[in-house]
Amino acid sequence: MTEALDLSIFVKRQDDGTSHLDLAIEGIDCAACIDEIEGGLCRLPGIVDARLNYTNHRLAVEWRDGTLSPAQVVDEVQRLGYRAHPFRSRLVEEEETRRAQWLLKCLAVAGFASMNIMLLAVSVWSGNVTDITPETRDFFHWLAALIALPAVAYAGQPFFQSAMNALRNRRTNMDVPIVIGVLLALTVSVAETINSAEHTYFDSVVMLLFFLLCGRYLDQAMRRKTRAVASNLASFRAEVAHRVEDNGEVVLVPTAALKAGDRVLVRPGERIAVDGLVISGSSELDESLVTGETAHRAVRADSHVYAGSMNFNGTLTLLVTAAGKGTLLDEVERLLENAAAAKSRYVRLADRVAKVYAPVVHTAAAVTALTWIANGSSVHDALITAIAVLIITCPCALALAVPVVQVVASGALFRAGVFLNTGDVFERLAKVDTIVFDKTGTLTLPTMSVINARDIEPALLEAASRLALSSHHPLAAAVAQIGQDRRPYDDVIEEPGRGVRAIVDGREMRLGSPTFCDAVFLAQKATSDAPNASVIAFSWADKQAALLVRQALRPDAVAVVADLRERGFDCRILSGDRPEAVAPIARALDIASWRGGCKPADKIEALDALKAEGRRVLMVGDGLNDAPALAAAHVSLSPISAADLTQAHADAVFLGDRLKPVQDTIEISRRAHRLMRQNLSIALVYNLIAVPLAFLGYVTPLVAALAMSGSSTIVTLNALRARGRTPAMPQAKPIPSRVVPAAQGA
Amino acid sequence: MEVLIYLVPMALLLGLSGLAAFMWSLKSGQYDDVQGAAVRVLSDDDVRK
Repeated sequence: MTEALDLSIFVKRQDDGTSHLDLAIEGIDCAACIDEIEGGLCRLPGIVDARLNYTNHRLAVEWRDGTLSPAQVVDEVQRLGYRAHPFRSRLVEEEETRRAQWLLKCLAVAGFASMNIMLLAVSVWSGNVTDITPETRDFFHWLAALIALPAVAYAGQPFFQSAMNALRNRRTNMDVPIVIGVLLALTVSVAETINSAEHTYFDSVVMLLFFLLCGRYLDQAMRRKTRAVASNLASFRAEVAHRVEDNGEVVLVPTAALKAGDRVLVRPGERIAVDGLVISGSSELDESLVTGETAHRAVRADSHVYAGSMNFNGTLTLLVTAAGKGTLLDEVERLLENAAAAKSRYVRLADRVAKVYAPVVHTAAAVTALTWIANGSSVHDALITAIAVLIITCPCALALAVPVVQVVASGALFRAGVFLNTGDVFERLAKVDTIVFDKTGTLTLPTMSVINARDIEPALLEAASRLALSSHHPLAAAVAQIGQDRRPYDDVIEEPGRGVRAIVDGREMRLGSPTFCDAVFLAQKATSDAPNASVIAFSWADKQAALLVRQALRPDAVAVVADLRERGFDCRILSGDRPEAVAPIARALDIASWRGGCKPADKIEALDALKAEGRRVLMVGDGLNDAPALAAAHVSLSPISAADLTQAHADAVFLGDRLKPVQDTIEISRRAHRLMRQNLSIALVYNLIAVPLAFLGYVTPLVAALAMSGSSTIVTLNALRARGRTPAMPQAKPIPSRVVPAAQGA
Repeated sequence: MEVLIYLVPMALLLGLSGLAAFMWSLKSGQYDDVQGAAVRVLSDDDVRK
C-alpha cells in the first residue's frame, strides 16, 4: 500500500501534550520480539514510550504531539518485520478487565481472611481437646469475627449481587443458597461468640467464599483471554476504505472512521467495507459472504450494496448508509430478534440443578430443626444443627462442578483454535444430533482457488501466476497463489475490465478474459466440464491456457463429514447458493439431504422443521444470510472469515482453513458435558453422606472444613481431565495456502 | 498467655500488610502482562538510554 493511511481516529490525545495509540501486533513469537519492537520504536524521534504487552500482543505507543504521524509508527513496526493494526479496545473488554480485577481483589481478601481465621480456628480445635481456657477461646472467636465480617462483606459482593439479580427476576440460581448459607452461618457464629460457645463457623464461611471465588476468577480469566484474542483477530481484519472528501480528494481511512453520508470509492478487486447506495459506476459483485450466492450480481447507480461484497470489474462510488437500511439487512435483523428471543429460553444445567437444589436444602434444614425440637431438644440446639445442615450443603462443590469444567474445556478448545462466545456452549453442543452446514465459505474455503491446475503445463502455470501478482482482479488473486516465484514481472500493463499484459523475453504474455487472450474456444471447452467455475485465460505468445477458478472445498471437509456421519450425526446442507452449485458439493461429501437457494427465512423454517422432529441442530455458517439461522439453531459455529454480524451470533468461532475444529469442538464438548455430570453426581453423593451426619448433629466446624475442602478438591481434579489430548493449535493466521482441489469437489 | 494480646494483632498486621502489598501491585498494573514479565527479566538492556 503506497498511500498513507489516515489513522487519526485511533489516536488518543492526552492532556500532557502526548498522543497515545494502541496497536494489535501480528507475528510475535518469542521474547526477543519485545526488545526489537520497543527498542526499534524508541529510536524514532519524538517517541516517549512504547510498551508491548506480551500476554495479549498489544503495543501502546506514546509520542509528543506533532512530531510523528500514527502511520509512521505503523510503518516502523512493519519495517521491523511485524504487522501492526490500529486497535480500539471495545467497551465490553474494558468492562471484563475491570470485573476480573475486582474478582481478584475479592479473592485476595477472602484468601487473607481464610488463612488468618484458619490460624485461629485450628488453635481453638486443638485447644478444645486439650486445655484452652474459655477466655482465650472467646478472644480467638472475637478476633475471627472481626476478620470475617468485613471480609465477607467485601469478598461476598459478587455472590450477593448475582443472587439479588436472580431474585429480582423471580428466578433462583446457585448463588441464592450460597448467600443464604453464608449469611445464616455468620449470624449463628456471631450469636455463638456472644454466648461464648465452643463452636463457630467463621472459617467455613470464608473458605467457602475463597473456593468459589477461585472458580469465578478462573472462569472470567479464560473468557477474557478468548475475547482478547478474538478482538485482536478482528483488528487484523479491520478494513480500510477510500473516502472521497468534499474537495474531491481521495483519502484512505479505516472503516471505523466512516459515517453515514460519506462517499466512498471502491476499486476493482476491493472488498466493500460498508453498506451503501451506488451513486455512480457499474460493476459486478461477488456477494457470497452476504447471501451465499456464488454467481455475481450486476450493480449500477441506485443499487444497494452490502458490506462484505467483493467488487469485481468496475469502480464504484458509494454513499454510505447507516447499517440496517437495506432490504436484506432489515429482514436479517427482524429474524434475528425473534431467533434470539427463542434461544434465551434455554436453561443452563447448573441453573436447572440450582432450581431443585435450593428448595431441597432449605426443606432439609427446616425438617432438621423441627425434628430436633420434636425430640425434646432446646430451640438453640435445634437451630445450631439446622445451620450445620445448611453449611455442609452449601453448594461449594456444586458451584464449582460446572464452571471449573468449563474453564478447562474452553482452554482445550482455545488450543484447538476455537473461541467461545458463550459459556453454556458445552451443554448444548453435547446434545447435538444433526449438523447443518452452509456451503459457501463454510464447507468451501472463503477464497477462490484454481481447480484444474493439474491439467496445465507447469511452466505456463508458473508464468501465469507471476503475471497474476500484478493484477487486482479477485480471480487473479487465486491464480497468483499457485506459483512458487513471488516476484511480479516488470512493466505490467493492466487494462481495466480485460486483464493484464506484459512483454517477457520478447514475447507478449496476457492474463484475463478469454477474448483478451484469444482463448475463447479453449475456455468454452474448459467450462463445459465445470459449469459453475469462473474462467480466466492466459496466453504466452502462441500458447494458451484456460484456468478454472472457484471456491474449493476445505481440505479436510470430505474426511470430517465422513467421520461425523460415521459417528451418527445427520449432516445436511442449507445454502443460499443456486441448487446447481450446491449439488456437486453435496455429491462430493456424500450428503443426501441438501437444499439450495434458501433465503434467511427459509433456513430458519428448515431449522424449525428439524426442531419439530425433536432434533438438536448445530448450525455451521458464515454468511450474513446465516446470522438468523445461527441464532435460531440449538448451537452454532462460524469460521473466523465470517461476516461480523454472523460471528457475533455464533456460539463459537473457529480459525484456519480446516473443518476439523468442528469435529474437535463436538468431541471436547461431549467430554466436558460428561465431566460436568460426573462432577454434579460427586457433589450429590457428598451431600448424601454429609447431610445425614449433619442431621444427626455430628458436624463440628472441623468436619465442615474438611468436607468442604475435600469435595471441592475432588471436583476440581476431576475437571482437569477435560483437557484430554488436544490437537495442536492451527496457525493463527490462515495462510491462503495452495489448496489441493479436493477431489474436484467444489 | 498474655503474650497473645500483642502477638496475635501483630500477626494480623503482617497479614494485612501482605494484602495491602498485593492490592498495590494489582493497582499498579503488575498483573496486566504476566507472560511478558516472565521474559523481560531475561533482557539485559532494560535501562533506557
